[in-house]
Amino acid sequence: MSELLKISGLHASIETEGGPKEILRGVDLVIPPGEVHAIMGPNGCGKSTLSYVLAGREDYEVTAGEALFKGRDLLEMEPEERAAAGVFLAFQTPVELPGVNNANFLRTAVNAVRRARGEAELDAVGFLKAVRAATKNLSMSDDMLKRNVNVGFSGGEKKRNEVLQMTMLKPTLAILDETDSGLDVDALKIVAEGVQNLRSPDFSALVITHHQKLLDYLGPDRVHVMAKGRIIRSGGPELAKQINEEGYTAFLKEAA
Amino acid sequence: MPAVTETREQVEKLGQSSYKWGFETDIEMDFAPKGLNEDIIRLISTRKEEPEWMLEWRLEAYRSWLKMKEPTWAHVSYPPIDYQDAHYYAAPKKKAGPKSLDEVDPELLRTYEKLGIPLHEQAMLAGVEVPEGEEARLPVAVDAVFDSVSVATTFRKTLSEAGVIFCPISEAIRDYPDLVRQYLGSVVPVADNFFAALNSAVFTDGSFVFVPKGVRCPMELSTYFRINARNTGQFERTLIVVEDGASVSYLEGCTAPMRDENQLHAAVVELVAMEDAKIKYSTVQNWYPGDENGRGGIYNFVTKRGACRGARSRISWTQVETGSAVTWKYPSCILQGEGSVGEFYSVAVTNNHQQADTGTKMIHLGRNTRSTIIAKTISAGKSDSTYRGQVKIMPKASGARNFTQCDSLLIGDQCGAHTVPYIENRNMTARVEHEATTSKISEDQMFYCRQRGLSEEDAVGLIVNGFCKDVLKELPMEFAVEAQKLLQISLEGSVG
Ligand SMILES: Nc1ncnc2c1ncn2[C@@H]1O[C@H](COP(=O)(O)OP(=O)(O)O)[C@@H](O)[C@H]1O
Ligand SMILES: [Mg+2]
Repeated sequence: MSELLKISGLHASIETEGGPKEILRGVDLVIPPGEVHAIMGPNGCGKSTLSYVLAGREDYEVTAGEALFKGRDLLEMEPEERAAAGVFLAFQTPVELPGVNNANFLRTAVNAVRRARGEAELDAVGFLKAVRAATKNLSMSDDMLKRNVNVGFSGGEKKRNEVLQMTMLKPTLAILDETDSGLDVDALKIVAEGVQNLRSPDFSALVITHHQKLLDYLGPDRVHVMAKGRIIRSGGPELAKQINEEGYTAFLKEAA
Repeated sequence: MPAVTETREQVEKLGQSSYKWGFETDIEMDFAPKGLNEDIIRLISTRKEEPEWMLEWRLEAYRSWLKMKEPTWAHVSYPPIDYQDAHYYAAPKKKAGPKSLDEVDPELLRTYEKLGIPLHEQAMLAGVEVPEGEEARLPVAVDAVFDSVSVATTFRKTLSEAGVIFCPISEAIRDYPDLVRQYLGSVVPVADNFFAALNSAVFTDGSFVFVPKGVRCPMELSTYFRINARNTGQFERTLIVVEDGASVSYLEGCTAPMRDENQLHAAVVELVAMEDAKIKYSTVQNWYPGDENGRGGIYNFVTKRGACRGARSRISWTQVETGSAVTWKYPSCILQGEGSVGEFYSVAVTNNHQQADTGTKMIHLGRNTRSTIIAKTISAGKSDSTYRGQVKIMPKASGARNFTQCDSLLIGDQCGAHTVPYIENRNMTARVEHEATTSKISEDQMFYCRQRGLSEEDAVGLIVNGFCKDVLKELPMEFAVEAQKLLQISLEGSVG
């Protein structure tokens, strides 16, 4: 199989008060195993919507097209089945879970996914060992494990917590939705290293970003430009540099 | 098999598995005829070999009950109960009060085994040798009440060596009449309310605990109530007296088989704490709640009250309420002793068509008395839940303090939660604080959890347990785990 993810002609809309609103209007995208792809595009063009649809959020209705993940019909699967199959989404806005201990949440998630993948569950000791190693790599304090999931976390802490979850859940496809936004240079470096540590022939990433900096660390194989619910241009890393210098306007004109 | 039948069977299986304590035990029973009158009360009293004063006490209660009306102020609705259409006495056919476990019908023991209740002292003791990695289970003394009769009380010897009395109340009436007579009805008078009066007239069993001066009860005490027979009401009576400087932790658990018709449960629990005494009373209530369509289930009308009579005494009620079709229950504390403390920690879960009206009363009489109320209400399905709390500070209660926190969590948009606080402060120096929140499990939260690989049920379980944490941590360790599982099971199928 030469592709891990293959999206063709994907259309999706959301129900609004004024009737259905189409957001994705024919997305085509292929990600082979082991590659890192970037998506760039102006605010509101549908990047987050694409990541939600791939992860299985129910608010969106897919009206046409398909998405195959490891040859399976991704859109037919429940969100938790997609997670077990290896899809991970680092949320642009991570969700708070009051009262739910972060370590307990992580352990429950890790074991749910391991069970579904036919792997042995981690016991308390095994989990603690793994999570300690991961937090250390991400320069996170143990204190964050004791707090409630994302409650009272700073913006940077939330993003790092997403990367911690990603590290522990070992996805084959990680979608990072503006995980670099709002991070200072040091935090950005840590997040980038978090992704780099996972790089292998069995790990691909779809990185949604506005910034060259993260891509400098990651060295993406392909860069895609999205506008008005479609991928309008694809190219190598040089495309990102061009966007940074010229902005999106030139591309939008070209596409129109 | 036609597809429809197959689907139906699968659905039925699901419905049943969601209440796994719903089996019925096939045992020969001894019933009193249906109906309620003075002769039935005499019959109960005779069967229990009670002294004359006890019969008089019951009859007095019955006569005041006849003059009373069923209360209607609670936020629950149910068809009228025909009090003449139930058996007020049902006992497994066997001489009453077996002296040791060997005398107990093995079928009964199997029932309790199925319920996960350890009755075999042997097995319990053997439990000390636990597999590596597992925590040793603390011994728990158990009194098991089956329909109207207490069938077995374990660990009596160990307890009596410590001076603690723990036995069926029917036995206490015979063996310790002076103690019982002194305290029975001293906290909940016979004519206190409609259901308490009914209970006082016809109560059939329950537990009696007496912890003498200065004794810390060496183990958890626990009573399991099981309604098994058809058309029987269960009216148990519990009396716990803890003398100066003594303490006890007591746990009550309840289950019933699944039935189409409703069954009535009207218990009375009285607690008495003397100077520096501590009573911790925990309940994991899991009576059959009825099916998804609201058929069947237990009507649970309970009067629980504790009196902090001595200075610095402390009574703590912790309850996890997941069962019953209709619940009417307000465990209360009368804070009489100077500096005495009352606590109420509650989780009430309602799902499908369940209705619960529950809460607490803290009556501050003495100086510097303190109370804490933490009530968590979880509503799912088409259920309706009301927290009703009363804090009353009397004129002499200078320096009294109350803190109340009520939180409601809604799952789905067809359920309801209501908070009704009554605060009456008649002392200028007292301070009363009340906080309340209502939240929902959001789509965002569910999606976030599921994206991390959790099933909907696991996600709800995590969020609900997080929501209840402050209450669950008040339960004895072993039961906290049980309660957590119970919460999850009772909310199964409540999302999506
Ligand atoms: N729940 C929603 N209701 C209405 N409009 C929405 C909703 N979610 C997204 N949109 C609209 O869809 C478009 C794409 O949004 P989004 O995918 O978040 O863009 P991006 O991530 O590229 O900034 C925007 O115009 C946004 O306003
Ligand atoms: Mg976005």
